[in-house]
Amino acid sequence: MISDAAKKEIDFWVTKYPEGRESSAVMQALTIVHENGGSLTGELMQDVADHLQMPTISVQEVATFYENYNHKPVGKNIIRFCHNISCMLNGSDELISYLEEKLEVKTGEVSKDGLVSVKKVECLGACVGGPMCQIGDQYYEHLTTKKIDDILDNLK
Amino acid sequence: MNEVCFKNLDKENPASFATYESTGGYKVWRKILNGEMSPEDILAELKTSGLRGRGGAGFPTGLKWSFMPRNQEGQKYVVCNSDEGEPGTCHDRDILRYNPHSVIEGMAIAGFVMNATVGYNYIRGEFMEPYYRFEEALKDAYDAGLLGKNINGSDISYDLYTHLGAGAYICGEETALLESLEGKKGQPRFKPPFPANVGLFGKPTTINNTETFANVPEILTKGGKWFADLGVENSGGTKCFSVTGNVQNPSNFEVPMGTPFSKLLELAGGLKEGRTLKAVIPGGSSTPLLSAETAMNMTMDYDSIANAGSMLGAGSVIIMDDTTCMVKTLTRLAHFYYDESCGQCTPCREGTGWLYRMLQRILDGNGKNEDLDLLVSVGGKISGNTICALGDAAATPVESFIRHFRPEFEYYIKHGRSIVEEEHQLIEEEASV
Repeated sequence: MISDAAKKEIDFWVTKYPEGRESSAVMQALTIVHENGGSLTGELMQDVADHLQMPTISVQEVATFYENYNHKPVGKNIIRFCHNISCMLNGSDELISYLEEKLEVKTGEVSKDGLVSVKKVECLGACVGGPMCQIGDQYYEHLTTKKIDDILDNLK
Repeated sequence: MNEVCFKNLDKENPASFATYESTGGYKVWRKILNGEMSPEDILAELKTSGLRGRGGAGFPTGLKWSFMPRNQEGQKYVVCNSDEGEPGTCHDRDILRYNPHSVIEGMAIAGFVMNATVGYNYIRGEFMEPYYRFEEALKDAYDAGLLGKNINGSDISYDLYTHLGAGAYICGEETALLESLEGKKGQPRFKPPFPANVGLFGKPTTINNTETFANVPEILTKGGKWFADLGVENSGGTKCFSVTGNVQNPSNFEVPMGTPFSKLLELAGGLKEGRTLKAVIPGGSSTPLLSAETAMNMTMDYDSIANAGSMLGAGSVIIMDDTTCMVKTLTRLAHFYYDESCGQCTPCREGTGWLYRMLQRILDGNGKNEDLDLLVSVGGKISGNTICALGDAAATPVESFIRHFRPEFEYYIKHGRSIVEEEHQLIEEEASV
């Protein structure tokens, strides 16, 4: 079920596009419905399709094409760690290993307490701040093991 | 330095409406609203300025805008490509964060020139801070009566909206971006028809990069000639470069076109102590790698970099020093293109997987002698056989890395380990004795 608040938010996005082009809002609708640590279920995709009056398959296509939608359970916080060239040249691989050891998780997995999952991602467009990662809306740049410790300490 | 897109960077609130206005912002737009500038005047200045598309292809902006059928009836669109995702590139993020009004004004001017009353800024889904910053600027522009319908009682209307991506490198390709804006998978369209005829929602559309739009207001304020003179022949103006990798101080710099590469390297603090320059990728991961010597002799403009055998691309300068293992680095890039191929064209969908798996096999110590030629051959079979340029982009690093550093790849295949890592381990051991 899409909450009323989420519906309202989706409807705001719909106003940006011409009449009859409501399906342009599908990407943001999918983002909105599975926020708060959830993942996309068949039911949620169906709800989005119904709300935007789109064929279900069109919603599923979008949901499976783009990287940022989760289809499996994730941690309350997702650490999206860049491992592309500029970050790699500045030690992202070593920091990802550090993170995996410290959290006792492999990338793609959820920590035992459900608090964190780690994902290796491609370039996030903050290369001058590499090594970097994203948690929620925020970018963390110029990472070191010390900074990672601090970030993890502050995750709730 | 920092004369156009980054000119307010040292101000206290660089992104604010007040700062933008205090440094001449929205002057051009107000002149347009007062009927003091015609589309023809603007196109002429842009052509004089020598401004070329900053997204990578370098197509002359004035010319691109003149392709739009401005007198054709019906809706037309202006779209800004803020889907910055080329590995090594992050200056559009700073333009959105620190000079969002220049993008708004640039897009509004574009709308006026092309008779398009609606614009969309497609911002990549991860750029939430730039998105909030841009939205705030948009609200301020509306509140100041600079956007909307029949602005200030004129017959000019312009509404501007943001659209957020959801993680797909391919959406930086302009027709994939349009598909994405229509709420579909970001798979590039076959051209022709070109977006200027059949674009967003089937209507005439012009797509430019964030930095391109950000340059426009200043060009029209100070004149096309002023801008052209900042740069060199064929490369007018300044360019924002992201200098990343093995340098002391990775940063974004806006410098005049034609600035020597060596100067840019110096601005980024140079190499780390005791290191030597090994190779440079000058325009983002999709542009050919250059040797240190070639790079040190080039200047940062379209022609000089082309003569050196690469491309200015998105202005993403990736520096590699002598500790960089080329096998590992290339494998990482190959993985990127494999991951980001949209899957539409067989040569790219299958070929990028081949490239990645063969390189990973070498990295795992199971490489074969014939692999290097096979890699280059597979790359060659992707290039030119796909709808968009991602296929070529995937093949480019493979060919150029192997051409420049073949012995390093051969060593890895023969011994199952990196000669670079081995040498540096030896040096470190000697140093510790």
